[in-house]
Amino acid sequence: MTLGANTAAAREIKGGVDDPWLPHQADAPVPLENPGFAFFTPAEAAFVQSATERLIPEDDLGPGAKACGVALFIDHQLAGAYGRAGNWYMQGPWAKGEKTQGFQSRMTPADLYRAAIKAIDEHTMSAQGGKLFADLPVEAQDAMLSDLEGGKVDLGGADAKTFFQMLWQNTKEGMFSDPIYGGNKDMAGWKMLGFPGARYNYLDWVDRHGERYDQPPVGIRGRPAWNGAG
Amino acid sequence: MRQRALLTLAASGALIGAGMLVFGPLAHGQIGDFSRQERGRELVAAGDCVACHTAPDGQPFAGNRPIGTPFGTIYSANITPDAETGIGAWNEEQFYRAMHEGVASDGRRLYPAFPYPWFTKATRGDVDDIRAYLRTLEPVRSAQRPNEFTWPLNHRIAMAGWNRLFFTPGEFKPDKNQSADWNRGAYLVEGLGHCGACHTPKDVFGADKTSQRYQGSEIQNWFAPNLTGDKRTGLGTWSDQDIVAFLKAGHNNRTTAYGPMAEVVKDSTSKMSDADLKAIAIYLKSLPAAPAEEPSAAQGTAMSAGKSIYGDQCSACHQLGGDGVKNMFPSLKGSAAVQSRQPLSVVRLILNGGHPASGPAIPNALSMPSFGWKLSDDQVAAVATYIRNAWGNQAEPVSAGDVKALRDSVQAVNSAY
Amino acid sequence: MAQRLPGVDVLLVGFGWTGAIMAQELTAAGHDVLAIERGSWRETSTDFAPSFIQDELRYRYHGHLFEQTAQETLTFRNTPDQTALPMRRLGSFLPGTGVGGSILHWNGQAFRFLPYDFEIRRQTAARYGEAMIPPDMTLQDWGVTYDELEPHYTRWEELCGISGQTGNLKGQKQAGGNPFEGPRSKPYPTPPMKQTYGPMLFGEAAASLKLHPFPCPSGNMSQAYTNPLGVSMAPCTYCGFCEKFGCGNYSKASAQTTILPVLMQRKNFTLRTECEVTRINLDGSGAHATGVTYVDAHGNEFEQPAELVIVCAYILHNVHLLMASGIGTRYDPATGQGTLGKNYCYQLTPSVDVFFDDKLLNPFVGAGALGMIVDDWNGDNFDHAGLGFIHGGYIGGYMTTGRPIETELLPEGTPKWGAKWKQAFVKNYLTSMSLSLMGSVMPNKANYLDLDPTYRDVYGRPLMRMTYDFKQNELKLQDFAMGKMVDIANAMKPREIKKSPRGPHYDIAPYQSTHNTGGAIMGVNRRESVVNRYLQHWDVPNLFVVGASAFPHNSGYNPTGTVSALALWAATAIRDQYLKHPGPLVQS
Repeated sequence: MTLGANTAAAREIKGGVDDPWLPHQADAPVPLENPGFAFFTPAEAAFVQSATERLIPEDDLGPGAKACGVALFIDHQLAGAYGRAGNWYMQGPWAKGEKTQGFQSRMTPADLYRAAIKAIDEHTMSAQGGKLFADLPVEAQDAMLSDLEGGKVDLGGADAKTFFQMLWQNTKEGMFSDPIYGGNKDMAGWKMLGFPGARYNYLDWVDRHGERYDQPPVGIRGRPAWNGAG
Repeated sequence: MRQRALLTLAASGALIGAGMLVFGPLAHGQIGDFSRQERGRELVAAGDCVACHTAPDGQPFAGNRPIGTPFGTIYSANITPDAETGIGAWNEEQFYRAMHEGVASDGRRLYPAFPYPWFTKATRGDVDDIRAYLRTLEPVRSAQRPNEFTWPLNHRIAMAGWNRLFFTPGEFKPDKNQSADWNRGAYLVEGLGHCGACHTPKDVFGADKTSQRYQGSEIQNWFAPNLTGDKRTGLGTWSDQDIVAFLKAGHNNRTTAYGPMAEVVKDSTSKMSDADLKAIAIYLKSLPAAPAEEPSAAQGTAMSAGKSIYGDQCSACHQLGGDGVKNMFPSLKGSAAVQSRQPLSVVRLILNGGHPASGPAIPNALSMPSFGWKLSDDQVAAVATYIRNAWGNQAEPVSAGDVKALRDSVQAVNSAY
Repeated sequence: MAQRLPGVDVLLVGFGWTGAIMAQELTAAGHDVLAIERGSWRETSTDFAPSFIQDELRYRYHGHLFEQTAQETLTFRNTPDQTALPMRRLGSFLPGTGVGGSILHWNGQAFRFLPYDFEIRRQTAARYGEAMIPPDMTLQDWGVTYDELEPHYTRWEELCGISGQTGNLKGQKQAGGNPFEGPRSKPYPTPPMKQTYGPMLFGEAAASLKLHPFPCPSGNMSQAYTNPLGVSMAPCTYCGFCEKFGCGNYSKASAQTTILPVLMQRKNFTLRTECEVTRINLDGSGAHATGVTYVDAHGNEFEQPAELVIVCAYILHNVHLLMASGIGTRYDPATGQGTLGKNYCYQLTPSVDVFFDDKLLNPFVGAGALGMIVDDWNGDNFDHAGLGFIHGGYIGGYMTTGRPIETELLPEGTPKWGAKWKQAFVKNYLTSMSLSLMGSVMPNKANYLDLDPTYRDVYGRPLMRMTYDFKQNELKLQDFAMGKMVDIANAMKPREIKKSPRGPHYDIAPYQSTHNTGGAIMGVNRRESVVNRYLQHWDVPNLFVVGASAFPHNSGYNPTGTVSALALWAATAIRDQYLKHPGPLVQS
């Protein structure tokens, strides 16, 4: 096992002698560059597209998870360190534990998604007339999601409740995190709420009690006005 | 550290004879003349000798710092008292000749990257004091690397011709019509301080354009600002106290020193006396304003894009009105550096970030973050154009091409400044 | 085989907040100090700049500035009859790693404890009788008084430029401040922050109930400030990215913004990063530390001798390091014998959410310590007779952030997901806020830290095991405080409110606070404590253990102020007493 993701070689900094500051350095985020699926099979992508759209559906208030790119976001999370549980303590022995003892799955998030989606699709194929989850009517999809949430579906090796909680958490992350990670397309999640995004200065708004904030959201990579648009 | 202990001893006037026996480093000094050495230490600070004569990660004053010039790379000399590789074998006369005429102990001509055209102004007494101080340093054995020049300048003999054209040896002559402070300031600025080395534009031979003295110049992809009395791009609106505070701490109510000037403050001006800094301020404030050029108007889209970027990215520190936070974040409004003839420093700071002068007496960690990783050339140009023309500022717009050129040229820069 | 390095005078284990305080105090006095830090160098403009720090996913959910459990974790159970399991993901608390430690990502809520806290056993017994203290509550005095710590609280506030409204200046009550606070020798260095709409409404409601609201003392600067070391901090811009984030514009007190600019100029200070101390070494007598063993990022092992070892890691690691080094006697809840691991406490943080129809609160205009506070039910500020619990907590109406993944306040009965969830979230996002209790936790015989018999860390050491649950004192306090919070919430005249209590059992998964305390507690005698009143180890006089690990109980406040004051108090004792005459500072 390695010592964690962020370690580099040991370093000695002498007071009054060494100056660790360097130009053009930034611990900048790694954005999603390739807008294609990197982890999901087409069938898995179809499941996640349809399931997350039921969790946050499109309506009069704005787009849902599908239009916001949540599936793409989750795909890239699972393809990366998060999917590998790279930062988590993953040594056995394994036990289910009490509810108060937190996450105890021996599956990494990538393993859990893969196993759970397969089991859910097999379940609906046999119980719902040969249909995959993605092909079910929305009412049946909602019912299935509720059963997962309540732990009422046996997914074989994967724990239904754990999977549902992870899917729902990742859906919210994809809906409301910075658009550089593939979700929250056009900052639609933020616009829907009125969250102004990656801003850093509200000094002139502290005293404006009860007024509606008038600036559009901005992401880490900016907003259209940065290129002279709008 | 040992050096400081020695000087503390000197300053406190402790028993000299006992010190001589106990402390090894004293053997390197010219025993018995501590006040000379102490004066020399201040003069060495004023001349910022340590900056050029110390290699990255090297011993102070042991030389071999690469100095880029338009004609190739020069490596600075070892000026510790090592007999073979340093200047330990030089006598007072030889040292004075180097400072005064740019000629080494063996008769070789020195390149004017060593600022003898300025140091020639230093008095004989001061030069002797400098040598007295340098001899208190620990000798470091470190041979100077050969310079890397292109023909014909690899022939030092060519320097003889250069000197005939551009160099006038001679100590500083006080102007009897000016105050003692003014004369002291002029002596420091024109002599050991060698301010014009950066702040005066150079011609194709690398010599000062004397008609444009102190009007600002490009240096190592920074722009050393105009020091004349121009109100927009120079020191016209600065008080003496603004100048003193800036040189003392590396920042004042208006702005912060970045880049090579941060090094100058750290190694040189922060170690000078308040009286000398005040004298420098008086002299600089007497420089007449250069005629201001009228910049062309900034164009609309860049200004609107720049305003958006500024509000979203810059205003948390520099404030929406551009006036910064006194003594912390530079005011961009009315800033001479921001409105400089060439936008090099502004664009470079946006791209690479910047590190202020910092030292035991001037703690400061208020660095500028880099934006080169996230802003495109167009976006950097827009925000630079905006800050150069917002809040009553006025300066030529910055083009994406300007940004690209600088980005390409400084990508490889690896020094802390 | 560990490589043996040249010895040093003073060695600090960990270079977070208490490490920075120790290094500054001791190097200023001329001592050579080496700090060993497991994480990396970090500074504002390159590591948490405003060009990228506003990234909720990366910092809050992926914990970019936090310790990762793959690197270090513990096992957890509620009671001794359960099997502890590893904390596989961070949840309830978020220890930091790297230069600057956890204070880098704090909110900035900058309190002093009450004079009552330091003499809690004596004062409780004196007012209510010994019977008020249940037999399973291992309550004890700290061995230091508020009056002794007061100058150090003041120094800490000046170092950090704490913004606030003074309530008690040398015994004189001051209008608008906290009337219950211990007397201050000096006012706060900077005025309180401006309040946004939500906290203002909370303050008005509290005042209408004849309570005593005051602005939260804040490590987010209300104005530019230069501290006594000459280091400057900028005015806070209310960006809403304090807790779990580093501050990008130098306006939140941290090691980086208050001490490092000076310390890193001192030639008698050396920092070694990316090196984790795995053991404190003792000589054959067992009463003298010879230094530490550490492992660098490549897995190479080194032995670093030192004359004086000061442990300055996060509280959980302070305790674990002592256990892993076999220093002191581990506490046994069955017999009550032993002290190491005893009196582990936490914080009790129930809340009441308040929903308005007509009031735009703009929650994203926020700061970590932006809020109004009432202290009427904290400490022994009110009569506990007949209540069945001691101590209490403050109630705060904060507006720290509107980060949208984390800020999800939904009325009672809202579905957990789907169209109705979305509608409720959108409807209430701009018009809701939370009132919260910063509830004290009293020590209990069955709440403690020891070593896990099964699980191991990356170095092969047993993980530390936490056994912890809310006990009667906490649950009764919660019921009482919930009623008070509901009263204030209703006085704010909202559309509706929602109660969010904790428990009945402590759950390690949801985030609550990084206010772990105890395990290497201070006290008046070696029978009951690990370190003496100067945080010096009773058994090993050249070993000091600094941090919230020394708290014998946790008060109804955020701990950073008291952690800092104790560190300055200990540093003063080390500098003025220990280093002049090494040996025990208190005879046992």
